[in-house]
Amino acid sequence: MFKGILKDQSVQTSIGVIFILLIFGSFILPEWMSNNFMYGMSRGLAVLGLMILWRTNLVSFGHALYYGFGAYAVALCQKFFGVTDIFLRLLIAVAAAGLLGFALGFILRKYREIFFAMLSLAFSMVLYGLLAKAEFLGSTDGMSISPSTFFGTELGRIALFNFIGLVVILAIIFAQAYLRSSLGHLTTAIQDNEIRVEYLGYSVEKAIHIKYVISACLAGGAGGLMAASLGQVDPDSMVLWSVSGELVFVTIMSGLGNILAPFIGAVIFEFIRTYAFEWAPQAWQMIIGGTLLAIIFFSPGGLWSLFQKLNFLRKKNNE
Amino acid sequence: MNNHFILQTKDLQKSFSGIIAAQNINISVKEGEIIGIIGANGAGKTVFVNMITGYLKPTSGKIHFLGNDITGIKPREATHIGVCRSFQVSQVFMTMTVKQNLMIAMSLSKKKGGQLLLPLEDEKLSKECDKILDLYKIKKQSDLIVSTLSQGMRKLLDIAMAVVGNPKVLLLDEPTSGVSVEEKFGIMDIVISALKKSGTTVLFVEHDMEIVERYVDRVIAFYQGQVICDDTPKKALKNKKVIQYVLGS
Repeated sequence: MFKGILKDQSVQTSIGVIFILLIFGSFILPEWMSNNFMYGMSRGLAVLGLMILWRTNLVSFGHALYYGFGAYAVALCQKFFGVTDIFLRLLIAVAAAGLLGFALGFILRKYREIFFAMLSLAFSMVLYGLLAKAEFLGSTDGMSISPSTFFGTELGRIALFNFIGLVVILAIIFAQAYLRSSLGHLTTAIQDNEIRVEYLGYSVEKAIHIKYVISACLAGGAGGLMAASLGQVDPDSMVLWSVSGELVFVTIMSGLGNILAPFIGAVIFEFIRTYAFEWAPQAWQMIIGGTLLAIIFFSPGGLWSLFQKLNFLRKKNNE
Repeated sequence: MNNHFILQTKDLQKSFSGIIAAQNINISVKEGEIIGIIGANGAGKTVFVNMITGYLKPTSGKIHFLGNDITGIKPREATHIGVCRSFQVSQVFMTMTVKQNLMIAMSLSKKKGGQLLLPLEDEKLSKECDKILDLYKIKKQSDLIVSTLSQGMRKLLDIAMAVVGNPKVLLLDEPTSGVSVEEKFGIMDIVISALKKSGTTVLFVEHDMEIVERYVDRVIAFYQGQVICDDTPKKALKNKKVIQYVLGS
């Protein structure tokens, strides 16, 4: 699966871009900016998961379910077992979301289009309802997360930022290895023709289930890392339908063209939100909505399609 | 059921909300035979193919493959045991290249299960794929997106995709429908010679009697969901019922 993956152009470009981001974020940029990069990269993992599903024409309007589940798994393991190690936190978040995705996948893999989208939203609202009502989980106030450690030593902000960068690189390598494999190519094949896939001897439902679990793991990892970065989890900022909506928003904004696109999109979204808050604290949602409209009208393929267009024009000019 | 036959059906019947689409179908197929299935539109040919390959579940009756009961099997299970098919309307991956289509088919074929996690552009698989593309005379088009191909090319690709798993029985549903007159015989020459080489048993639905006469060992004629004739092409095409109900003269 990973044979020759480091020679893959998308992976090489992604690693290069993330490294530059890490260097700038660690040593040059002000704290608020590197925080935006950190949140963007974390959230980008969930967007990457959505992108993988989207390539099969499956849009999940409830991915905050896994995002929040990963975050709450981190909070609960801290509360009951005192787990603060960043590796363990990430592992727990990914495993918890993956297990939930595996269980719900048996139901969701049977549905397509709007039914898939709304069913995933319904599951996320069930979790939201449970979390908002559960006193021992902090109800709507949520739970606080203590700083992460690494083999007993407390991680500073810069170290956490670099750790997240490393996780993003590993996720990109894994996702690209999956997408270029025959199993990953089924993504497009299923979108094109489910009947043919079945008659080639492979279960479409199984392929979707695998994809769904991968997507859930990525969203869970994103939630776990966000919990560690923010130091707080609560239902409104982790599981509410608007969080799922934001993830879908960023996926549309990013485009599906490249494995790096979700991270670029997620980082840009963090900056748009920050500036929108700054300039119009009472109407920041209007700016976000306007951005989405602009993307849909002028670049329906997402931001990545702009890069592709620029690349195409550059090649044309060179000819 | 007789183990001498590779495929047998016993009193096979299919009805949709009381409307009978196929009834009392009793057919025995020997290994390596090439059989033409003929009949007017709505005679039950495709329903028969769909029941054998698991697309439709028979209302009653039995289907035996190599002596085993495979009635009501799922499409992918049919593929796993060696019963494959192509379609009246080519079922290919339209947004992918010809080569990607075939390589996916090769990766998914049960004998190459381990290929699933390897990169699709694997060198070894690519070489094997080129050989098949060459055999089906579509190597020149290998890098073209399928939606840009002619119907004939798509049919060839559809059949090639069905064949890569080395099926024991292959059912082709109107392999020359929608194909230009010039392409028809060329396609059938390529397909039948490739399948004869591999000793695959073939049942194909066909409306063109010239094709039937030229390529098949045996003809099964359908009318109103029933088999009205099962004989050699020469005799079948002179059969009174076939002339009346199938050939329409």
